[in-house]
Amino acid sequence: MFNYDYYLRLSKFPLIWCAGCGDGIVLKSLIRAIHKIGLSKDEVCMVSGIGCSSRLPGYVDFNTLHTLHGRALTFATGVKMANPKLHVIVITGDGDATAIGGNHYIHAARRNIDITVILFNNHIYGMTGGQVSPTTPKEKKASTAPFGSFENTFNISGLAQAAGASFVARATVYNAVQLEKLIERAILKKGFSVVEVMSPCPTAYGRRNRLGAGVDMILAQKEDSIPFAKAEKMSPGELDGKIVTGVMVDIERPECREEYQKLIDRFQAK
Amino acid sequence: MSSHSDSKVKVITGNEACAEGALAAGLKFYAGYPITPSSEVAEVLSEELPKIGGVFIQMEDEIASMGAIVGASLTGAKSMTATSGPGFSLMQETIGYAAMAEVPCVVVNVMRGGPSTGLPTLPSQGDVMQARWGTHGDHPIIALTPYTVRETFDLTVRAFNLSEQFRTPVILLMDEILGHVNEKVVLPEAHELKIVNRQKPVVTPEEYLPYEHTPSGVSAMANFGEGYRYHVTGLAHDQTGFPTNSSAEIDKLMRRLHRKIDDHLDEIIEVEEYLLEDAEVGLFSYGSSARSSRHAVRMAREAGIKAGLLRPMTLWPFPEREIVKHTAQVKTWIVAEMNLGQIAHEVEWAVRGRVPVTKITRVDGDPISPLDILAKIKEFV
Repeated sequence: MFNYDYYLRLSKFPLIWCAGCGDGIVLKSLIRAIHKIGLSKDEVCMVSGIGCSSRLPGYVDFNTLHTLHGRALTFATGVKMANPKLHVIVITGDGDATAIGGNHYIHAARRNIDITVILFNNHIYGMTGGQVSPTTPKEKKASTAPFGSFENTFNISGLAQAAGASFVARATVYNAVQLEKLIERAILKKGFSVVEVMSPCPTAYGRRNRLGAGVDMILAQKEDSIPFAKAEKMSPGELDGKIVTGVMVDIERPECREEYQKLIDRFQAK
Repeated sequence: MSSHSDSKVKVITGNEACAEGALAAGLKFYAGYPITPSSEVAEVLSEELPKIGGVFIQMEDEIASMGAIVGASLTGAKSMTATSGPGFSLMQETIGYAAMAEVPCVVVNVMRGGPSTGLPTLPSQGDVMQARWGTHGDHPIIALTPYTVRETFDLTVRAFNLSEQFRTPVILLMDEILGHVNEKVVLPEAHELKIVNRQKPVVTPEEYLPYEHTPSGVSAMANFGEGYRYHVTGLAHDQTGFPTNSSAEIDKLMRRLHRKIDDHLDEIIEVEEYLLEDAEVGLFSYGSSARSSRHAVRMAREAGIKAGLLRPMTLWPFPEREIVKHTAQVKTWIVAEMNLGQIAHEVEWAVRGRVPVTKITRVDGDPISPLDILAKIKEFV
């Protein structure tokens, strides 16, 4: 039996997350991945923004930094640039990273700074009561889209790819084994890495859109998931409503802090 | 700057002096976004920081710059950003975070005319109230206002020292005149400077309370990555740093945040008294406007008028006691500032009607002339 307790701040339990929320599955997958890599607790710095998923760092025994809405990547950039020995992991959500924090998201990817982002995509602003987010699918209802969303959505992983991330993957909480492996690869990857995790919100999203309870929503992920390799042979129409999972990007690209170190070293050598 | 760096005597601008002061204070991390009239601070540091193993990074905006310096400071690096009005507005939310999470950092605002884009290349002192109350909620703040290039160096060092001593963001309020004026300075040697570093924990990680309610109000600060795994949040928190909804804990936190500043006014507040001993007309002026006020005092003295200047180097917390001390003696206060009376209102509040307070205001991008101040002084004789 895996010992999660070693990594948890059990005195802070119970978790704030609702029954049926997918975030706890991500928490456990993340801990297993960190354990498998063998990182010491002192060398991990976990940074988050504001929202349901961003409460995660409060429950784990690392150097933890719960920041402002949308700004986790800015604080994380300061941490990584000032102390590159730390493994910096950012915990964020779809609204946090791509609405209010969209600018920081694309610039962190452009810099290819060695930070791993675990981006919880639940299609909604859960903590504030179910408002429409940049990833709420068209025609789905939210508390601020009572007639269904009329806006187009972001492809969060595609955004990171276009902006220059070295590693981008998408996973579901249904497939926790794959999720753990992708998080492990993301942390080990030198450069900006993103794992977009589809984490259902039965309370603020599922209920309003008649998607059933948490278990129903997680089981639906199984039906909707398509691996990237298979998706490449499918038409956009066939992919409508599907979750394309697996590794989207895995490339080598100069990393921001290492490039800066070369500059420092140039002066040290003199 | 680099062409003069082998010599103690230099001719440099206020922005360059600010960068030099920061390096002398131990700056190891700068993040910023270009904005007139502050950009030279970033330009100098982009050249100098890599040479000493420090980090310079130009961020995507001022919000990101402010977040980056708070993150860097948590790893132990003395951190700073520099900006002007529009950027200072964008930084406000994170300045509040630094106040709440008690993260030392220095924010330089080289003031230009506002509101909005306003007067990018012209001076103003229109952000003095924003420096005090720009972020939301009750919060303490320290703001310093130099008036010469040399003093910009000194107060930049002091800004770092105060931020480290009190675990708080410190604002350095310059203005376009000071940022761009060239003056001859003799900068001090490193051994002549007093440098303050944050207090590190002396207890074990198990016993460590990052937000301990100490008698002084300031708690020890561990660096991320050194074994003291703790939690930092902008939410109201208890002594352990974790969020709390306990009204008793929240009250203790909020009052301690203020106590750590309010109980140390003697250490924080610095003023210069110039010919104030026998003055009948008291001038209160800061930053570039104080240069004009000082000149006007000299001209008034030459004309046989007993004028004097009270010049705050610390604008926040406000030097109320220093004003009160001289209010029994002066017949009037004249406040000259490049805004519509933001600090004059504070002086009026400190004086509480005992003597009249006259404003000299200017918001058209031109500095206040010593002659305009002299004319006002003469009205009281």
